[in-house]
Amino acid sequence: MYKRGLVQVWSLEQPEWHCRIDEGSAGLVASCWSPDGRHILNTTEFHLRITVWSLCTKSVSYIKYPKACQQGISFSRDGRYLALAERRDCKDYVSIFVCSDWQLLRHFDTDTQDLAGIEWAPNGCVLAVWDTCLEYKVLLYSLDGRQLAAYCAYEWSLGVKSVAWSPSSQFLAVGSYDGKVRILNHVTWKMLTEFAHPAAISDPRVVVYKEAEKSPRGALGRPACPSFRAAESKYEIAAVPVSLQTLKPAADRANPKIGVGLLAFSPDSYFLATRNDNVPNAVWVWDMQKLRLFVVLEQLGPVRSFQWDPQRPRLAICSGGSKVYLWSPAGCVSVQVPGEGDFQVLSLCWHVTGASLALLSKDHFCLCFLETEDEADGAIGQLGAHT
Amino acid sequence: MGDWMTVTDPGLSSESKNISQYTSETKMSPSSLYLQKVLCSSIPLSKNVHSFFSAFCTEENIEQSISYLDQELTTFGFPSLYEESKGKETKRELNIVAVLNCMNELLIRQRKNLLAQENVETQNLKLGSDMDHLQSCYAKLKEQLETSRREMIGLQERDRQLQCKNRNLHQLLKNEKDEVQKLQNIIASRATQYNHDMKRKEREYNKLKERLHQLVMNKKDKRIAMEVLNYVGRADGKRGSWRTDKSEARNEDEMYKILLNDYEYRQKQILMENAELKKVLQQMKKEMISLLSPQKQKPIEKADDSTGTGISDVEEDPGELSRESIWDLSCETVREQLTNSIRKQWRILKSHVEKLDNQVSKVHLEGFNDEDVISRQDHEEETEKLELEIQQCKEMIKTQQQLLQVNQQLATTCDDDTTSLLQDCYLLEEKERLKEEWSLFKEQKKNFEKERRSFTEAAIRLGLERKAFEEERASWLKQQFLNMTTFDHQNSENVRLFSAFSGSSDRDNLTVHSRPRQKPYRVSNGSPICTSKLTKSLPASPSTSDFCQTRSCVSEHSSISVLNMTPEETRPNQVGGECANQKWSVASRPASQDGCCSECSWTSTNSHVEKDGLP
Repeated sequence: MYKRGLVQVWSLEQPEWHCRIDEGSAGLVASCWSPDGRHILNTTEFHLRITVWSLCTKSVSYIKYPKACQQGISFSRDGRYLALAERRDCKDYVSIFVCSDWQLLRHFDTDTQDLAGIEWAPNGCVLAVWDTCLEYKVLLYSLDGRQLAAYCAYEWSLGVKSVAWSPSSQFLAVGSYDGKVRILNHVTWKMLTEFAHPAAISDPRVVVYKEAEKSPRGALGRPACPSFRAAESKYEIAAVPVSLQTLKPAADRANPKIGVGLLAFSPDSYFLATRNDNVPNAVWVWDMQKLRLFVVLEQLGPVRSFQWDPQRPRLAICSGGSKVYLWSPAGCVSVQVPGEGDFQVLSLCWHVTGASLALLSKDHFCLCFLETEDEADGAIGQLGAHT
Repeated sequence: MGDWMTVTDPGLSSESKNISQYTSETKMSPSSLYLQKVLCSSIPLSKNVHSFFSAFCTEENIEQSISYLDQELTTFGFPSLYEESKGKETKRELNIVAVLNCMNELLIRQRKNLLAQENVETQNLKLGSDMDHLQSCYAKLKEQLETSRREMIGLQERDRQLQCKNRNLHQLLKNEKDEVQKLQNIIASRATQYNHDMKRKEREYNKLKERLHQLVMNKKDKRIAMEVLNYVGRADGKRGSWRTDKSEARNEDEMYKILLNDYEYRQKQILMENAELKKVLQQMKKEMISLLSPQKQKPIEKADDSTGTGISDVEEDPGELSRESIWDLSCETVREQLTNSIRKQWRILKSHVEKLDNQVSKVHLEGFNDEDVISRQDHEEETEKLELEIQQCKEMIKTQQQLLQVNQQLATTCDDDTTSLLQDCYLLEEKERLKEEWSLFKEQKKNFEKERRSFTEAAIRLGLERKAFEEERASWLKQQFLNMTTFDHQNSENVRLFSAFSGSSDRDNLTVHSRPRQKPYRVSNGSPICTSKLTKSLPASPSTSDFCQTRSCVSEHSSISVLNMTPEETRPNQVGGECANQKWSVASRPASQDGCCSECSWTSTNSHVEKDGLP
């Protein structure tokens, strides 16, 4: 509850257990768990400081000068270390803390103008740091604070929009405002290849799925089903060459809708899913083994978010409608979220086992269970929903 | 030809037209009315030939015409028509010979002239056509020249335009580049400006933050709190520890350990990859060497540099191969060596392939080549080998066929009976054997029957004799008893003994009775045992049994002799059901008492076979 500055914590196993943290006048801007689940990090208003509340010792630690940026906090995958972006005297620093006792391990400055984000590699040994969108700069630091490499693709244009590590830590995908994704390899930190997102696809090996309405129309041309229930849709395969819907961004506004805004690797590092913001309805899936475009999924509405199943190469996409879309190399399917009223799926989140999926709308959430009849199928058998 | 003018004869006007027909075409005579008339006339020859010919010379002007002709001919160089005049006054006589000669000469000349005229006419025609042709060519070429000139002008114009455009574009590009540079400079300057501004603002912001922070810190000491129902245990179950230098050092150690592990892991992966790639390279090198080695002969003949290095490489390689273990190292020199050797081999292979390509292209042109020779030789050798193999196989097949035929012949020459016999030969053997054994068995049976009968007779005799003996004994005993009872009662024990003895003797009698009957029956090889038992049982009746003993011994002997024979006979007989049953083992029967055991065994065993049936 950000407005009131309160954080309330409940236990899933012991319903009687309850904890309340009151930040009071310090205000609350962001709150997140620590990876061991025993500490809560609260970011106060105006990013004055980060308070680390310990649930086991009831102790409090403060971290000063956190940076207010897109992604200023990053926990390493094994939960040992926390990397925090700081800014003092107009210079960016990165502090590495040990999560077990919140001791400061390393503190080093970065060669950035205005640090926009940091992210640990899944192997926990390399930290990727990227600069503001006004400058294309990606820096790689080792765990002990040494700079390993710096990468700059071009100058004088809007730079990095999004960054993603592959789960094997072999690739670093950098999506930029010029609509391209550049893949860096972990050995030399040089570009392996770049993926462009043109609006016209002409490669015949690419499969393009187009979402199409399959509502039966009545004699008068009105949809046969009642209006409050959204129409069913299905995927059709479109023949190549295909041209996708593009969006012309307003050039005089901030945060233009161009560039690669969303990047995600599949858990086996075989696929990379991207979204180019000026082709907002399409999700591009790239094959990382052959380093080329594999599948393009075009939805009827703009894609809001997508996430890979943590266990297998299965992608769940939501586009703000009342459907959730699933893609896997075996095929793709569009599923209607059952419920009364209009359930607008704004974001989604997979469970760690990959057996269920949480769909979030503005003030409701829906839990999907995926039951597979046989493993080879890879598609949904049945769908259960609870709100 | 002005002479025509002098001889003006009105009569000639019409005739001379015809004459001039022949000559008017080639001779351009000066303009005269006479000639024009002649030229214009178009009188056909056939009609007026005679008139024509007669028009020149008529009856009246023979002399004139002759003189005229003579004048003409002499001017042409012909000999005179007149005979040589003797005097000036006398009339000259016409020399007919000269006339004829002149005529002939004129005819010949006429023919020549006609031929020449024809030639000239054809030549004229040819020249005329050539001229036309040349004129047309000239016209065409002129046209072409015109068009090409126009084209050239057009192209030049275009070229000029394009060059203009090019220059314009270059100019534009330069302008754009300048603009870009300018903009970049502007951006850079603006960026620095903004950075300054931002820093300033940020400092302000930080100051404000600091102040706010202080204010907030002062305020919220009382209100900020955390309420927890109960504490949550630590993830690793330990209690919180103080922050000390030791813990800091520990953290550092852990961090470095993690980093080192990661580096080691990556290095292992890279080493593995390197090793695999090196293996692949070495394999490739070996294969390339093997590919190139059959062509060793050729390089020796030719004196190419590349092939020279090929030989040297091949020589080097055995030495290199022995140092294969060194390849596993990853030092600079080894790597260089490997890559250099692979490059060399690849170059050699490439040059070889190029040579082959050239030769192949030559083959298409010439049709014979060294390569072909070698391959043909190989081909021929292989074909020879294959043919040899085929011959061998054929011979083998023939021999096998022959053998099969022989076998079939042998099979077909036998009769059906013999074949059936042959087929059943084994069975027949067995059948015969069985028959033999049957006959043997039957003989033995007969023998046994005979013996049995004899033994029964002997037994009956023996029994009768025994009865008589017993009677005698009994009478003797009575006598003895009568003698003895006069002495004592003490000898009542003896009586008991005697009674017992008699009882036993009775038993013995019974047994002895039974024994002779049993004797003729065969006993297995355990006969020595039986005899020993018999001897054991025999002493039970010492006095009276002596006789029996001797008798039994006799019978034993006889029986033994018989018994000894039969087992030997029975031994080879393994076929036949009854023979098997005749085997006994006396020892297998449980022995309870000495005396009775053998008899019991006898009886029990005998009951197996015995048809007579003992009690």
